[in-house]
Amino acid sequence: MLDLKTLKFGDELLKRGFAKMTKGGVIMDVTTAEQAKIAEKSGAVAVMALERVPADIRKEGGVARMADPLKIKEILDSVSIPVMAKVRIGHLSEAYVLESLGVDMLDESEVLTPADPFYHINKKLYKVPVVCGARTFPEAVRRIFEGAAMIRTKGEAGTGNIVEAMRHIRAVEDGIYILRDLTNDELYKVAENISKTYISLRDITSGELLGNENKLPYDNVYYDMDYKTINDNIFRVLKEIKRMRRLPLVNFAAGGVATPSDAALMMKMGMDGVFVGSGIFKSKNPEKMARAVVEATENYEDYKSIADVSSGLEGMEGLEMENIEKLQDRGN
Amino acid sequence: MNIGILNIQGDVSEHYDFIKKLGKKYGVSPLLVKNNNDLNNVSGLIIPGGESTVIYNILVKNNMYDNIINLNKNGLYIMGTCAGAIILSEDTSDIRVKGMGLIDIKIKRNAYGRQINSFIENIYIKHIGNFSAVFIRAPEIEEYKNSELLSEYNNKPVFVRNKNVLALTFHPELTGDSSIHEYFIKNILENEAGSNHAQQ
Repeated sequence: MLDLKTLKFGDELLKRGFAKMTKGGVIMDVTTAEQAKIAEKSGAVAVMALERVPADIRKEGGVARMADPLKIKEILDSVSIPVMAKVRIGHLSEAYVLESLGVDMLDESEVLTPADPFYHINKKLYKVPVVCGARTFPEAVRRIFEGAAMIRTKGEAGTGNIVEAMRHIRAVEDGIYILRDLTNDELYKVAENISKTYISLRDITSGELLGNENKLPYDNVYYDMDYKTINDNIFRVLKEIKRMRRLPLVNFAAGGVATPSDAALMMKMGMDGVFVGSGIFKSKNPEKMARAVVEATENYEDYKSIADVSSGLEGMEGLEMENIEKLQDRGN
Repeated sequence: MNIGILNIQGDVSEHYDFIKKLGKKYGVSPLLVKNNNDLNNVSGLIIPGGESTVIYNILVKNNMYDNIINLNKNGLYIMGTCAGAIILSEDTSDIRVKGMGLIDIKIKRNAYGRQINSFIENIYIKHIGNFSAVFIRAPEIEEYKNSELLSEYNNKPVFVRNKNVLALTFHPELTGDSSIHEYFIKNILENEAGSNHAQQ
C-alpha cells in the first residue's frame, strides 16, 4: 500500500484534491446568503463570498477588504456547496480569520486592496487551500511555489471584458510551451529569473544603505527562506510543469467572464472551469444568467445549446481597458 | 471493453488516467461519457467525485439519470466515488440531490464537516487490502442494507457493494494506488466470463 497519511505532502494532496472537485464547474461571486442560494440552485459548483462584486468596487472605490464575518457565516449556513472567500494579497491575518470561520478555500485576490506591497501569503501555513490569480507564467509559478492549490487568470474583474483573461491564458500557455526544450541548466536560469521578485526589497534596502556596488546577502528574504532555497524550489515547480506540459494544479479562468459564450471560450482554451464575478448578479436576470453560464461551461462545444441559453439574456455592461484602473497589476 | 467515466463535472481526468494506465493489463479503454449515446458503449461506468448537486442536475437535464438506472438494472457495473456514491444511494436526506436507489444506503452529504476537516486515513478493504483513503468534504454512509460491507472507518461504512454497484465515500483516483479500479474492472471481467460460460 502507498501510505499517504505519513507523507509530508498529505496536506497538499487534500488541498489540490479539493480544487480538483470543482473542475468543469462555475464558481460564482456572491455578497449575501440570498445570492448564494440562487447560485447553488442554478448549478454553481461553489460560491465566492466577498463584500462587493468587482464592478461595484470599481465604481465606488475605497479600500476593499474581506467580507464581514457575519455575512460569511450567513453564506456558510445557507448552502451545501463549498464556500470560498476573498482575502487581500498578503493579509496573513484575514486569511487566518477566514480559515477559522470554516471557509473551504481562500482566494488571495487582486480584486481587494492589497495589504502587503511586497509579498503574497505563504499559503503552505494554512490548512485550507488557496487560489491565486496570475497574469503571466512567472506569476503562476511563484504562486505555486508559495503553496497555491489552484491558479486562475486575473483577467480584469468587473469589466465584463474577456480580453485580459484571454491575454493571461495565452501568456501562461506560452511559458509552458517554452519550457519544452530547455535543459536543466537553462531551467535553473529561468528559476533564478522568476525568483527575482523575492529579492527586490533586499535590493532596495541594499541600495539605500550601501549604495549599489555592495549587496546585502539574500538570506531570509521570504518566510525565512534565502534566494538559493527559493530558486531550488521554483526549479522543482518548473520541472514538474515541463514534465506535465501544463500547470500541475487546477487552472480556472476569471476576470471579465460576462456571457455564456465567454465561459465556453474559456473552456475551449483548455481552462478547468470558470469564476464569474459581476457577470451574474450585475445582469438583468441573475438566475437565468447563472444557469446559462453553467450550461455553456458544461457543454462548451454545443453551440446550438449555447445559442439557446444565451437568447434574450441581458448581460452586464462592459468596460474598455483604456482609462480604467487595472486591478490585475496588483501583486506580481 | 470500454470503461466509461461520467464527464459532467469533478475529477474526471484522474479516473480516466487510471483506466488508461490499466488498459494493457486488462484489455480496457477509458471512454468519457457525456450523453446517452456514450452510455451505450460502456461495460462499466465510474461516477467521479465533484459537486453532487451539479452532477445530479445535469444528469436529469441530459435525460441520463433514468437511463443509467435502467442500464444498471440490465447489468451495467457502476462505481461511484464520493459525490458518485451520493448519486447512487437510496436516501440522501437532501432534497437538492435525489439518489438513484441503486444501492440501499442512507448517506449524508458533507458529514465530516467542511474542507478543513478533510483527511487521509489508512483503511482495510475486504478483497483488496490496505488502502490510503483520501476523504474530501466526504459524505457518510449512515445505514446500509442488502449490501456487502467492504470497508469501514470509525464504525461507519466507507465502501459498500451491491452486486454490480460499488459505492465509496473517498477518492481512490487521487492516490497512486489503482487497486480499487482494478477490483472494479475484475468484477466486470469475471461477470462477463461467467455470462459467456452460461451461454455456451
